Amino acid sequence: MPDPILQISGLDAHYGDFQALFGVDLDVAEGEVLAIIGANGAGKTTLLRSISGLTQNAPDMIQYRRAPIGGLRADEVANLGIALVPEGRQLFPSLSVEENLIIGGQIGRKGPWSLQAVYDLFPILKERRAQQSTSLSGGQQQMVAIGRALMANPDLILFDEISLGLAPIIIKDIYDALPGIIGEGMSALIVEQDISKALSVSSRFYCLQEGRVSLCGASATVAREDISRAYFGVA
Amino acid sequence: MEWVNAIVQGTLLGGLYALFAAGLSLIFGVMRLVNIAHGDFIVLGAYLGLSVTTILGIHPLVALVFVVPCMAMIGYILQRGILNQTLGGDLLSPLLVTFGLSVILQNALLEIYSADPQKMNAGALETASVSLGDLSLGVLPLLTFGIAVAVIAALQWTFYRTALGRAFRATSDNQEIAQLMGLNRRHIFGMAMALALAVTAIAGIMLGIRTSFDPSVGGGRLIFGFEAVIIGGLGNLWGTLAGGVILGVAQTIGAKIDPGWQLLAGHIVFLAILAVRPNGLFPRVSG
Repeated sequence: MPDPILQISGLDAHYGDFQALFGVDLDVAEGEVLAIIGANGAGKTTLLRSISGLTQNAPDMIQYRRAPIGGLRADEVANLGIALVPEGRQLFPSLSVEENLIIGGQIGRKGPWSLQAVYDLFPILKERRAQQSTSLSGGQQQMVAIGRALMANPDLILFDEISLGLAPIIIKDIYDALPGIIGEGMSALIVEQDISKALSVSSRFYCLQEGRVSLCGASATVAREDISRAYFGVA
Repeated sequence: MEWVNAIVQGTLLGGLYALFAAGLSLIFGVMRLVNIAHGDFIVLGAYLGLSVTTILGIHPLVALVFVVPCMAMIGYILQRGILNQTLGGDLLSPLLVTFGLSVILQNALLEIYSADPQKMNAGALETASVSLGDLSLGVLPLLTFGIAVAVIAALQWTFYRTALGRAFRATSDNQEIAQLMGLNRRHIFGMAMALALAVTAIAGIMLGIRTSFDPSVGGGRLIFGFEAVIIGGLGNLWGTLAGGVILGVAQTIGAKIDPGWQLLAGHIVFLAILAVRPNGLFPRVSG
């Protein structure tokens, strides 16, 4: 197995006063697409918040390219090349579509992604570039959120529930576009409630249940009943 | 004709009020911080101008070259050192801290410059005037108004046409997500306060040329600034200019009716507008 780009060991994380993660161990290999599945409240979002620096932890619990990053602020983590597509899109309402994309790229990392590359991937955004981001449909907003993260030319991209609240046809479009995005040599971590979608684009998966890893393995070969057990905790 | 004159003079006075208000408007817009010490920073700007003109023997307008960067630096250090620590929770802690700053500033100025009223000497500029038909317009009020328009235009341009302005708007929208874009909000807020105090420095110098000042006059300038911001609508810089003008015109017309009514008329118009349009005349439409 190639060197891990991200290594999480014994991560305990809190969401407010509530402990959301208990001793989570996880690693992402260079160029790998990893899926995190689990029910509501299993700790998936807290895991992504911890990696991206929105929640701070003990430095050694999260290592990126063998450097401890658990204690860094979100802007410092972003500068290292980790980008997050947050749950619920979270575009900047005061910024136009194009400005949302530009601000994603303002940390100035070199790489294949530019305004033009994002417009080539999602041509509709080019037509809508001068509009307020809030005037777009949910699917188009999700494209902006993905494009905004890509503009940072990250080495590791985190997707949080990108199918949430979108029509099935839109979800299909976005998942069809994913291999092309991640194919550029990026590593990706996909948090998703839609298990089959998550397994179809990933090589390995981790299942979280009440803040602990309840199952992990290869996405292609896992048995459905094992996932059900790990997902819902039924015996 | 006298009434036309009152309106024109009030409009020009409104330029000064817009300068008082612009910094307040900017920092509230970016970080939801209400700076109670804003008026005292205006007075600090005036005193710094006084010191620079006295020591170097230069014209007050030339002193801007020194005072503006100096105040900007004070703003950045103040924000990074103190005010950032008060943000994030409720609105009360920044209010209390800036109130404390106001007390400290007033007393420090009193200690250094004494309570005697001071004034900056701008020479012939103070009395120069131009005639426009039957109207006689002071060059200084005209210049102040022109500077106010230029400052508002420059701030507007910064906000909507530069990377810094984009960062201001993004951070104002959502601090967490802005951090994810690699923006350090502490630095962004520091830049916003630096810009706000740079504008405040201009306001202080124009104030100090126009009238005499002492360490206690900051509170009154703060009120005028607040009123201009609220009349114009929060988060709208051109609205702030309009708010300043409305306040200025209300005051000069009030003074025309009865010299004792100058300030009262301004406050009454402010309250009337607040009662009819609680969000001000031109609230920001997007959002």
